[in-house]
Amino acid sequence: MAKGQIVAGCLAPHPPHLVYADNPPQNEAYSEGGWETLRWGYQRLARKLKNIDYDAIVIFTPHWQTYIGTHFLGLPEFKSKSVDPVFPNLFRYNYDLQVDVELSEAMRDAASQEGIITKMMTNPDFRVDYGTITSCHLLNPEWDKPIVTISSNRNTHYYSPEVMIEQATALGRACAKAIEESGKRVVLVASHSLSHRHFVEEAPLPEDMSKEHIYNHSQYVWDMKIVEMMRDGKSREVIDIMPEFTEQTIAETEGGGLIWMLGAMGFPDFPAEIYGYQSVIGTGNVIACWDPNDDTREYVL
Amino acid sequence: MSETNEPEILFGIYCPPHPQPLLSPEASEGYSNLRAAYDECRKRIEESDADIILVYSTTWPSIIGHQIQALEKAIWTHVDDDFHYLGSMPYEFHMDTEFAHSMKENCEKRGLEARTVEYEGFPIDTGSVVALQLLNPDNRIPSCILSSNMYANRSETIVLGKAVRDTLAQQNKKAVVVVVSSLSNRMFTEHIDPKEDRIHSQKDDDWNRKILEFFDDGRLEDLSQLSRDIHGQIRVQKVVAYKPAWWLAATMGQHNNYDGEVLAYEALHGSGGAVITLTPSTGSVGDKEFDEDDVEFYRGDRNVLDKGMLE
Repeated sequence: MAKGQIVAGCLAPHPPHLVYADNPPQNEAYSEGGWETLRWGYQRLARKLKNIDYDAIVIFTPHWQTYIGTHFLGLPEFKSKSVDPVFPNLFRYNYDLQVDVELSEAMRDAASQEGIITKMMTNPDFRVDYGTITSCHLLNPEWDKPIVTISSNRNTHYYSPEVMIEQATALGRACAKAIEESGKRVVLVASHSLSHRHFVEEAPLPEDMSKEHIYNHSQYVWDMKIVEMMRDGKSREVIDIMPEFTEQTIAETEGGGLIWMLGAMGFPDFPAEIYGYQSVIGTGNVIACWDPNDDTREYVL
Repeated sequence: MSETNEPEILFGIYCPPHPQPLLSPEASEGYSNLRAAYDECRKRIEESDADIILVYSTTWPSIIGHQIQALEKAIWTHVDDDFHYLGSMPYEFHMDTEFAHSMKENCEKRGLEARTVEYEGFPIDTGSVVALQLLNPDNRIPSCILSSNMYANRSETIVLGKAVRDTLAQQNKKAVVVVVSSLSNRMFTEHIDPKEDRIHSQKDDDWNRKILEFFDDGRLEDLSQLSRDIHGQIRVQKVVAYKPAWWLAATMGQHNNYDGEVLAYEALHGSGGAVITLTPSTGSVGDKEFDEDDVEFYRGDRNVLDKGMLE
């Protein structure tokens, strides 16, 4: 059996606004569009993924928040309706998805062997979080690949950003080992924004783009600093600066997704492909992809 | 409504959000004690002539202002993110939609951003599900659930409580008000034998017991004033502040005149879980006076950032 490998790593923010703006048949809400810079970026990245041969998507989400270790989806399919608790007016999405349980269990086992507290989630009534649904929908609207969702163990709040870096990096290494031993080709997804301070009011028409802007300039400057380092292939430096970034911008990096993904990929020193940056209700969102294949890596934006 | 045009709040309940008292009360003596305390509260509610049960849940975070559950019949099966292995929580809750819509209007009159949510399948949070299942299992009394805005601080939370009072007085409804919150909220980060459950640290336990003394003495306003200390000492910094005492005190009248009763205090995976009742009475035992302004109307941020750099 050939060694498995990570064929791409995607930073894929999950504002439900983007699904709302797309008007897919699965979502009950209707919009007049909006946030095209991000949606068009997602569409381009989705087209790239279509041309990559892979078996499964493994996604790390900050909206499955666990305090007692890291949890993994552990049943072959989930079908239900995901309603965003914060933006239920925008996101009421009927999903029907498949899980690669074999890969999920292998990653869980590898993590446990590394001393990480873990749990398989095998309750059939469990509702998959909207971060997973949003990012996976935008990266693969056909839902023709199985996924694995990994929960966010809340180390940043419980301990510190530095502990989160250690724990998420260790989890990433364990997942990479399991993927390699599985023989599968896998796309990793870190589902989150960068800066994450929201406006606490919403425009009467949420997709009114005349009302959309970053919460404050400080967040924008920080986001651009991170994007610049991603472009320059400085992923290790991104992680080094992350405690400060997370604190200064209330960044959603606190959940550990990007650390986990870059850790699994060995902190790549090649440039990230940047597909778009835009604010959503004040938060900063970049779509980026780390393509380890020198022949297919692009300069997108 | 009383003769003084004040809302009639029959009593308040403070209870924990964790699912063990609902799903696995037999797993430990502590969980069983908490369940018995919930059952006692249920009995007292049944014996009261309350018109509404009003829940403020710390496990329902909101961002766009304050969200108010308004779906007449909220039906779903809930599963907790951490404790999914304990089982599912099917529920059917009947909301007081008239109250919910008036509450939104009264929030707005006091400067708060607010909205009702009326969506089939809306994910009612673990804390609300546990509380309503145990306190009002047959929907004998309609309820309403309020979110906890993750950015809100003292002023906003106190004004939210006052908007509740406005609405209850307007509608001439007698209420039981419920706060769903832990005391100390640090859980063990590994799986434990429930029989070996204990408060995470001595410090958490000491603070919890001090808070319980205040509750037992009916000193709710004093606890409200101590919220920032409590947040710094025994709360994992997930949100900006410890808000339940602010909301409960503002909703119940901002004083220390209550008969407090601690029905149970036990560990829930390391966190401090207490079931407490506060019944309005006369006579205060408080010994503190306060210099933080009371607030009637929420005016938002003070726009300090827009005032530029110091010369």
